[in-house]
Amino acid sequence: MLEIKNLHAEVEGQKILRGIDLTIRDGEVHAIMGPNGSGKSTLSYILAGKSDYEITEGEILFNGENLLEMEPDARAAAGVFLAFQYPIEIPGVGTMNFLKTAMNAQRKARGEPELTTPDFMRRVKEAAQTLKVSQDMLKRPLNVGFSGGEKKRMEILQMALLTPSLCVLDETDSGLDIDALRIVSEGVNALRSPERSFLVITHYQRLLDHIVPDVVHVMSKGRIVRTGGKELALELEAKGYADYVSEEAA
Amino acid sequence: MPAVQETIEQVKLLDVDKYKYGFITDVESDLAPKGLNEDIVRLISAKKGEPDWMLEWRLAAFRRWLTMEEPTWARVDYPKIDYQDLHYYAAPKLRATATSLDEIDPEILKTYAKLGIPLKEQEILAGIRKPDGGDVLEEAPGGEYASGRVAVDAVFDSVSVVTTFKKELAKAGVIFMPISEAIREYPDLVRKYLGTVVPASDNYFATLNSAVFSDGSFVYIPKGVRCPMELSTYFRINERNTGQFERTLVIADEGSYVSYLEGCTAPMRDENQLHAAVVELVALDDAEIKYSTVQNWYPGDPEGKGGVYNFVTKRGDCRGRNSKISWTQVETGSAITWKYPSCILRGDNSQGEFYSIAISNGRQQVDSGTKMIHLGKNTSSRIISKGIAAGRSDNTYRGLVSANRRASGARNFTQCDSLLIGDQCGAHTIPYIESKNASAVFEHEATTSKISDDQMFYCLQRGMSQEEAVALIVNGFVRDVLQKLPMEFMAETQRLIGISLEGSVG
Repeated sequence: MLEIKNLHAEVEGQKILRGIDLTIRDGEVHAIMGPNGSGKSTLSYILAGKSDYEITEGEILFNGENLLEMEPDARAAAGVFLAFQYPIEIPGVGTMNFLKTAMNAQRKARGEPELTTPDFMRRVKEAAQTLKVSQDMLKRPLNVGFSGGEKKRMEILQMALLTPSLCVLDETDSGLDIDALRIVSEGVNALRSPERSFLVITHYQRLLDHIVPDVVHVMSKGRIVRTGGKELALELEAKGYADYVSEEAA
Repeated sequence: MPAVQETIEQVKLLDVDKYKYGFITDVESDLAPKGLNEDIVRLISAKKGEPDWMLEWRLAAFRRWLTMEEPTWARVDYPKIDYQDLHYYAAPKLRATATSLDEIDPEILKTYAKLGIPLKEQEILAGIRKPDGGDVLEEAPGGEYASGRVAVDAVFDSVSVVTTFKKELAKAGVIFMPISEAIREYPDLVRKYLGTVVPASDNYFATLNSAVFSDGSFVYIPKGVRCPMELSTYFRINERNTGQFERTLVIADEGSYVSYLEGCTAPMRDENQLHAAVVELVALDDAEIKYSTVQNWYPGDPEGKGGVYNFVTKRGDCRGRNSKISWTQVETGSAITWKYPSCILRGDNSQGEFYSIAISNGRQQVDSGTKMIHLGKNTSSRIISKGIAAGRSDNTYRGLVSANRRASGARNFTQCDSLLIGDQCGAHTIPYIESKNASAVFEHEATTSKISDDQMFYCLQRGMSQEEAVALIVNGFVRDVLQKLPMEFMAETQRLIGISLEGSVG
């Protein structure tokens, strides 16, 4: 599914990623944990194609294709989805309108016919029920006046509707209370399938109680410094990141 | 199909020729010689078979105009206009007053067909233009006149070529006809109201219009009548080096209601075309007029060559108690737009509204806004202006809200929002507020924003192209105003927004 090879990236001359190697196979769930400023979010933005970063070395293959050469919208149509840490508000644009525009844009890019209105409505209704997204939320402008939890649920709703093959979740648990965390996690788990892979970026272990990963990576100062099974997350929770930070410093 | 999607489709279709109305119709024209003098004014009046009082009115305006100076206070910049180098009258040949479509030059009918304007009543009756239903969860666009029927007056260069649904309107007592015909058939009515809202001496361009106006629409809604359908005029400039000077007069008698739509297009030409129209609205006691404009004159090429100079005076007089006048405008075209649809709130408890979307791209210059002049007691007004500037354009909102000494209880709410796309355009807000009555309450809010990179990236990440994302965000920005438009114009407007902003990013 995804192969990241020796990825180096910088912003305005400042090195953020210093040689990331990461392979995610079909159906796998990988978690990346690490202290603030380790480059986790940068990695997610680079995967989605944000233009603020300069790739100085390395490559990213997505299903064998050179992802770095694709425009953000082409990546989305090819199946890359990013659940934002801070979802963006778009005043005046109704959520339903946004969803339909996005879905049809991707369908068109893939040469598929547009959704009929009844079909679209049915899909939204189903996904909204699972994620406890109210009709009222769907009527409001996208993310405008949404609570933190509502915004995150809306991200997962979009993920469910756009049916991507690689889902990157950037600190989706931040700002969620226990109930919201459960709802969001259930939404994510419902989407797990042998054809769909996940890259879950988080600071805390608690999300991984709900979304159980196959592989856990620890990232620090722009590198993956340790990789292990799901038990690695528990170890981190107990000991904190201090070891990794000091290891780097030493 | 959601409107945004439709916008995109339209943009794609227009790949080669951005301004799809830019074609020229090949018709033989009856053209007055270039230049402006008393003889030309007499010629126009004679062509129209006008009574003497009308000719005298024109001549007085012309003599007045000779003494006036072209104003320079607007934030627009253009080379001096040579008023002697224009034709002041152009009419397609081969027509008397057409009574049926068969008598109209087929080339002209083709033109209107290309513009998507239905002139054949049976087509409208068959409801072929009914817009596609929106999403169930989106609010249904408002408007009691969702029947899809619109009576159309089509003005081609200087003359009205056809007016549809005349008979049906006549049954309701509604008069809807070219103003040149109204001057002959209802001289008393025209004479009573013409120039009472925009006096012949009002301003340079209005005075010029008073001298040489060639045609336009006349509407009279009798007491207590709700006009049974939308009334609409489509203006088309075709002829080269021709000024277009329409005059529109709408009178809503006591307790009546009318919704009027106006659309404009012009061919792509290298030289600038002058359009100086005057619109006068009169609302008597308890009457309501809703006047909507979608202005899409040719804006010129991206380098600023060609395009229409749109110097227009539009004013409504809420003459009666409890009367209401509402202006809604969508300004996407013209090289230069200079217009301030205004309301004189004379009657007690009268209301004025101004809803505006003004989009500028390329080298377009827009200086537009409104005047709300509160004279009566307990009058209220509301202004919502959405300016969008892209390319290297300049977009200015200029508005006046004033309360007279006697205007106790006057209220105004103004909201001016500007959206910038790119970093080579400008948005300016110039509000003037004058209150001579201590009980007046005027509120003014203004914002300026840019489409943020984060918003764009978010939309792209969801699979939208740059154009789709801009169209979506801009349509969201103008949503409050869009909803004020009659349904027939909503879809068209959303398309226009997409087209107007094509090439503004990336």
